[in-house]
Amino acid sequence: MSASVQATLKAEAKDLNFYYGDFKALKGISIPVHDKKITALIGPSGCGKSTFLRCFNRMHDLYPGNRYEGEITLNPDNVNILSPKVDPIEVRMRISMVFQKPNPFPKSIFENVAYGLRVRGINKRSVLEEKVEVALQNAALWNEVKDRLHDLAFNLSGGQQQRLCIARALAIDPEIMLFDEPTSALDPIATASIEELMDELKDRFTILIVTHNMQQAARVSDFTAFMYLGEVVEYNDTKKIFTNPDKQQTEDYITGRFG
Amino acid sequence: MQQSVAEIRRLIARHKFWDYAFAIVGMICLMVGILVLLSLFADLARTGAPRLTPAFFTSFPSRMAEEAGILSAWVGSVLVMVVTACAAVPLGVAAAIYLEEYAPKNWMTAIIEINVTNLAGVPSIVYGLLALGLFVYILGFGQSILSAGLTLALLILPVVIVATRESLRAVPGSIREAAYALGATRWQMVSDHVLPYSSAGIMTGIIMGLSRAIGETAPIITIGALTFIAFLPNSPISPEFPFVNAKWLMDPFTVMPIQMFNWTSRPEEEFQLNAAAAGVVLLAMTLAMNAVAIYLRYRIRKKIKW
Ligand SMILES: Nc1ncnc2c1ncn2[C@@H]1O[C@H](COP(=O)(O)OP(=O)(O)O)[C@@H](O)[C@H]1O
Ligand SMILES: [Mg+2]
Repeated sequence: MSASVQATLKAEAKDLNFYYGDFKALKGISIPVHDKKITALIGPSGCGKSTFLRCFNRMHDLYPGNRYEGEITLNPDNVNILSPKVDPIEVRMRISMVFQKPNPFPKSIFENVAYGLRVRGINKRSVLEEKVEVALQNAALWNEVKDRLHDLAFNLSGGQQQRLCIARALAIDPEIMLFDEPTSALDPIATASIEELMDELKDRFTILIVTHNMQQAARVSDFTAFMYLGEVVEYNDTKKIFTNPDKQQTEDYITGRFG
Repeated sequence: MQQSVAEIRRLIARHKFWDYAFAIVGMICLMVGILVLLSLFADLARTGAPRLTPAFFTSFPSRMAEEAGILSAWVGSVLVMVVTACAAVPLGVAAAIYLEEYAPKNWMTAIIEINVTNLAGVPSIVYGLLALGLFVYILGFGQSILSAGLTLALLILPVVIVATRESLRAVPGSIREAAYALGATRWQMVSDHVLPYSSAGIMTGIIMGLSRAIGETAPIITIGALTFIAFLPNSPISPEFPFVNAKWLMDPFTVMPIQMFNWTSRPEEEFQLNAAAAGVVLLAMTLAMNAVAIYLRYRIRKKIKW
């Protein structure tokens, strides 16, 4: 395989099963997540991509009846973040998430980005201002909003709202960022600007992105996992997956023969 | 077999007839309701008009109808409402937050939920009896403003709880997830997001509850409000430190609807005018509260649309 595989390991799913009540939505998933790389999860709708992604920040703990089996270890401390002994809030402070539909708070642009910092007890105006600016710059939104930081976030366009949500997730300096189909609710131009943004972020952040748009996976990611019916069929270098996959099923999917 | 255009048109005409017919029947029903209410109100206002002078608001009740006023009644109503709000708002909102955001969803909470809704339908006199035992005798608050305020607080608690829960539920799950995903605890999620975003609905519920409470008569009579009071309770504000005092809580009192009741039960024709005038004032108070609720809802809704 190519040189990028030598990247260090940021996290690793090991034989992960997940249950919604009695329904087993993830079956024995084992894949690595490399540091400062983009890993894409692709697969037909309903195959468990979101379910898998939401294990990484213990989102499933919010609803009763959900159950994990197996491990997701997070480096450098090699802790199993699914362990009941690990507080899900601690996990969410280390791993942030951008959702499918932009979901800004009905607060000002500034307060949206600052919220993660406030949760961490940072309330000093000067620190907040600096960090909010950096986050907005990283999310390529600063120039568009710098004169109206105290306007309501709802007044932004859909694409801007999604970049605001990215800024909000960036502001806390996460170890991993999770993106769940971040462009599926956006128009092509807004989508292009978000993809461009990810390209810029990937040198500094570890990113795990769900997409059902294969071109997007091919364009932005370094590694790709193809999922089907709750299992990872193939995990590989993105280039390899899209040019010469090991499994017939993967090839069928990316050539559009099913899904 | 295809229908001809003429047939289709006939069919539409027949369907539309019922369309118009219902519109007219509906309009008549609406008018009956509104006109009856409006004419009642107009009659009340016309009857009471000669008594609606500034002196009416600044005089105590009296044996002479022309000199009698509602000073003790409106002061009493305001003070009782203060107690009611202070008790019902924190209790109701906290209970609703607990039920909606914290309580596990099991049969216990399901039973509590059903009963909270049912409590809203309990006749108010039953609350009066309960309060007579609990506040007046067992807790020894006597026939005081405190007892009355707490009684009415109990009465409107279900309204506040139900309205608060509905507003909390209106905040979309995606906003909750956004807050949790940033590492918020449940309380941070509630206090930084859900509560402020649903404040318009909660406020509306509180005001609706209070505007019901201000017109309640039966439970207040049950706990022994006086029908004739020619003095004011102790002032809640005092000139010296700490500027507030609590003596007024234990004072006897009367309220607007009881003053009205007292006047309507007099044989003298003259007092009917006073009753009508007091009715106008009470209605105006209620309408003003509802207007505030509508304004708040409009103001905050304009800012928050999901
Ligand atoms: N909250 C839930 N409760 C029960 N089953 C669910 C829930 N969410 C998703 N599922 C099921 O889990 C499977 C995977 O869903 P999901 O992870 O959302 O798929 P994807 O993101 O790949 O489209 C689907 O069969 C879906 O019906
Ligand atoms: Mg999904």
